[in-house]
Amino acid sequence: MAQPYLMIHIVPGKCDFCGCCVGSCPEDAIELQESKIAIIEERCTNCRKCVWACPWEVIEFHRDGIADLPNEIPQHLNQVVEF
Amino acid sequence: MKFDYDIIVVGAGPAGSTAARYAAVGGAKVLILEKDRDVGYPVRCGEAVSHEGVIQFIQPDPKWIASTVTKFRLVAPNGKSVVPRLDGAGYVLERRIFDYELAKLAAKEGAEVVTKAYVYDLLREEGNIVGVRALIKDKKVDIRAKIVIAADGVESRVGKWAGINTTCHIRDMESCAQMTISGIDVEEDVLDFYFGDEVSPGGYLWVFPKGKKTANVGLGLAVEEAKKKSAIKFLQEFVDKKFPHAAILTHIAGGVPCAKTCDKIVKENVLLVGDAAHQVNPVSGGGIISGMIGGMIGGQVAAEAVQSGKVSHLSEYEKRWHKRLGWRHDVFYNIKTAISYFDDSTLNNICESALKLPEEKRTLGGIFRTALWNQPSMLLDVAKVFVS
Repeated sequence: MAQPYLMIHIVPGKCDFCGCCVGSCPEDAIELQESKIAIIEERCTNCRKCVWACPWEVIEFHRDGIADLPNEIPQHLNQVVEF
Repeated sequence: MKFDYDIIVVGAGPAGSTAARYAAVGGAKVLILEKDRDVGYPVRCGEAVSHEGVIQFIQPDPKWIASTVTKFRLVAPNGKSVVPRLDGAGYVLERRIFDYELAKLAAKEGAEVVTKAYVYDLLREEGNIVGVRALIKDKKVDIRAKIVIAADGVESRVGKWAGINTTCHIRDMESCAQMTISGIDVEEDVLDFYFGDEVSPGGYLWVFPKGKKTANVGLGLAVEEAKKKSAIKFLQEFVDKKFPHAAILTHIAGGVPCAKTCDKIVKENVLLVGDAAHQVNPVSGGGIISGMIGGMIGGQVAAEAVQSGKVSHLSEYEKRWHKRLGWRHDVFYNIKTAISYFDDSTLNNICESALKLPEEKRTLGGIFRTALWNQPSMLLDVAKVFVS
C-alpha cells in the first residue's frame, strides 16, 4: 500500500548507480538506468530498506516528507562538455 | 542489429556473456543488451577467482591477470593473523579486460552485443512474453525473442516483471564499498581478509593485490549493520588508518546478494542467471565463477529449448543448476548464518587455535575444523557438503 507521500530522498548528484537499493526494494519502486535513478512514488511504501542498503549514503529518510528538499541536479552535471 | 532473435540476454557481465556464448554454441541467434556504455565497466567487485574455476571457461592470460596469488591471510579482530596455504593458485583479475574477453568469446560464437541499451520492460502479446522493450541510445525499440535470459545483476528487474521474486532480504544483502588504491606496499601473492565488528560487521574487508604497489580494497557488511554506519564510512576509516598515504584511484559502491539461489529461476520463457538469480557463494560473496556456471547451464538449456521448440524444456535449467552448485550454496548459506553469529572474541580464539596448528596443517580446511570446535552446530552442515 502506497503511503500518502514520499519520505525517501535521493541526494542529487551523489548516486553511484550500484543497484543495492533496487535489489533490496520489495516493491520494485526504484528505476535505475546507466546514470539515472528515480523512485516510483506510487509504489514506494517508505520502508527504508533502500536507505539502509545504500553503501554511499545517497538515500535519505525524511519523516516530514521530501517536498521542501532541493531536487535539482547540479547544473554542471547536465551540461555537455565539449573538447 | 535486427529486431527478432531466438534469445535475448540482458546484461553483459560474466554470467550474461557466458550464457550468450553457450546459447550461440548451441545454434541460437543471440543478442546481448548492456545498459552501460561499456562492457566490464564500472567494476563493482573484489576481482579474485581460483585457477580451477576460471580455466573451465577461458585460458589464463596475463593481460587480464593483475596478480597471481598463492596464499591468504586471515586477520582477526585483535590484529593477529594466520596465513593458510591455498590449494592451487588464484588470480586477482583486471575485470575491465576480463569482461571484455568474455563478451568477445560470445561474439566469436555469433552473439551480437549492443551497449547503452536499457531494457525497461518485457514485451508481451496476449499475455505471453515475446521479447523486451528497450531504450537504445535514447530511442524506444521493441525486440522480439523466444527466450529472455536475465543477467541484469543485483538490481535485476527483468525477473520481477516476469513474476519471479528476486528481492534480496536485507538480512542477506551485503552493502559493499570498494576502492583501488595505489602507492602502497602490498605482498603481491597474498589475499588479505580482515574480520571483526570494527572493520566490517557481518562481512569482511578485503585487500587484494594488483601488482606490487596497487590493491583493490573493499568491504561488504550486512545491511542490518549498515543501518548504524554506511559501508563507505567503514572503508574510509580503514584506509585512513592502514594506508594513510595511499592515492585513491577509484571509489565505487556495490551490493552482493549472499543468499540461497532464488526459489524460482525460470518462469515461462524467462531465465535468471548470475547475481540476478542470487548465484553467489553465500560464505565468500564470490559470484564470478558461480555466475558463469549458471550462465553456461542457462545458455545451453535455452539453446536446447530453441532447437526443440519446447519452452517447457527450460525447467531443466533449474534442475541442472541445483545439481551442479545450487545444493552446495544452500549448505554454504547455513554455514554463513552460523558464522555470522561469531563475535570478535570467537574470531580471536579461532585465530589463536589456528596458529597452534603445525604449519603443514594450516590450510583453510584445518582452520575450518578449529572453527567447528567453537560452533558445533555447524557440523551438520559441513557433513552434508562432504557426504554427497
